[in-house]
Amino acid sequence: MSKDHVESARESDAPLTAAVHQRDVAKEVAEDRGWGEAALVGRTVTINRPRAHLYAFWRDFRNLAAFMENVESVTPGDGQTSHWVVKAPAGQTVEWDAVITEDVADALIAWESVDGADIKTAGRIEFRDGPPGRGTEVTATIVYDPPGGDLGKLIAKLFQKEPKIQARRELRRFKQLMETGEVSTSDAPDAAPRG
Amino acid sequence: MRALTWHGKHDVRMDTVPDPQIVNPRDAIIKITSTAICGSDLHLYDSYIPSMHRGDILGHEFMGEVVEIGPKSTLQKGQRVVVPFVIACGQCFFCGKQQFSACDNSNPAEKADLGEVAYGYAMSGLFGYSHMTGGYAGGQAEYVRVPYSDVGPIVIPDGLEDDKVLFLSDILPTGWMAAENCDIEPGDTVAVWGCGPVGLFAIQSALLMGAHRVIAIDHYPGRLALAKSMGAEIINYHDVKVREALMEMTGGIGPDACIDAVGMESHGFTIDNVIDAVKTTTKLGTDRAHVLREVLMACRKGGRVSIPGVYGGVGDKIPIGALMQKGLQVKTGQTHVQKYLRPLLEMIGEGKIDTTFLISHRLPLEQAPEGYKMFKEQQNEVTKVVLKPDWGKEAA
Repeated sequence: MSKDHVESARESDAPLTAAVHQRDVAKEVAEDRGWGEAALVGRTVTINRPRAHLYAFWRDFRNLAAFMENVESVTPGDGQTSHWVVKAPAGQTVEWDAVITEDVADALIAWESVDGADIKTAGRIEFRDGPPGRGTEVTATIVYDPPGGDLGKLIAKLFQKEPKIQARRELRRFKQLMETGEVSTSDAPDAAPRG
Repeated sequence: MRALTWHGKHDVRMDTVPDPQIVNPRDAIIKITSTAICGSDLHLYDSYIPSMHRGDILGHEFMGEVVEIGPKSTLQKGQRVVVPFVIACGQCFFCGKQQFSACDNSNPAEKADLGEVAYGYAMSGLFGYSHMTGGYAGGQAEYVRVPYSDVGPIVIPDGLEDDKVLFLSDILPTGWMAAENCDIEPGDTVAVWGCGPVGLFAIQSALLMGAHRVIAIDHYPGRLALAKSMGAEIINYHDVKVREALMEMTGGIGPDACIDAVGMESHGFTIDNVIDAVKTTTKLGTDRAHVLREVLMACRKGGRVSIPGVYGGVGDKIPIGALMQKGLQVKTGQTHVQKYLRPLLEMIGEGKIDTTFLISHRLPLEQAPEGYKMFKEQQNEVTKVVLKPDWGKEAA
């Protein structure tokens, strides 16, 4: 998604992700790209780590699988490309290639699925300094075009399983990993036995 | 291992469950030697707390021996430790400010949604206290997994037996913070509603902090007698009207600071409480806020209100006019246990604080269900139940 969209949504100084109630930003994104429709999710968290540290970790896309629940692997290719393998329901996986569309050191990374990919998706992560001594404000924005057909149903199930909640949880895990070095868990039975 | 598990209202059972494992680098596994039933466990027992699942292991007051450590734990096998009921990462903004119960990271991401809906923001993880606070297994068991074990547990020197230090896990720091939140000044009168364990420790703490007088309010003669033995004056609310009594006892001024050590399950047969009880039972409301109402009305102008008592939902008919017009200051929150462990352990070691008077019953862990029943039904006689996983094993 282009920087313009993010900026134009900021009539109220709130990030894009908070603007969707007043404006149908998802629709604008879809029209802009010639997509049938777009769904948009996003969230901002503050992480008690320097901007450069967070940017560097995210910029190495191999790291994303460590905190994104459904992402099995992201493998960087030549230059700006990456190959994504994502868990789908019923033990299946879906795969697509993406390319980095914007990259500003210590500030933002944007990527988008390549033309012809089974999945049309774009993501953007921004890093801004918080107030002095308060770490980094991180905003993640993901848009995708829900496809048709059988694959579409699969993808819809994957993405639309409360996508806002999913985005929020993944940012929380990113924050946990960056601040504490681990992802908090109480999964049964090992982490939390139950009767 | 054997563990006390929750199955529904007034239904807790001893079950055999898998042993906990080291999952994260900073984890440790503790073999429990002593664990207590907390008054707030009764909120779970009475089914007042949402997001409990059948089979959840309860218990957030516990101590024991370190038997396994992850590669990033700073504990050593064989150490005796008391574990705070609040789980805190030590590295987020809130932990940095020693607001450990506001830790941003200890509540697993998939458990944090409910807290955001209910309170606007997710709270820290707690041991054995519903899935809203993390879904962590509690310590009323033979073993427990302790996440972030390099931050929470405090090592206990040899020679201090379990009963002297166990309450560092929750109720002693909770009583201490309740008194600290009163910002006590010389000459102050502090009124404490509720002479359960937290109320009693708040009385003890307020006197140690230099309160001129402490007035304790309850209706159980046994608990009032304990409060009196600690140096408090007492009010039995069955005999007198609380606010009038407090006014008369303070020369018409009112208490300088008031502590609500009761929370959402207050007793009493005032009309507001009966209505609250009906609404709670019929799911039309949640919290019975009778004590908080009385506190706000009784506190002197410009006074301080401290609320360690647990509330979970929304309160009805809170006298917000009294709060504003009198210019009251309110401090509350789950206890930042980690902040108080060292100073309180020192005071226990020096004999300035003794908490053993509170323990009325010691039982084998296997009898935990009976322990819950008697703690619930005989509050006059049963002030604190401590469970010992090892007891009864020698005989078997």
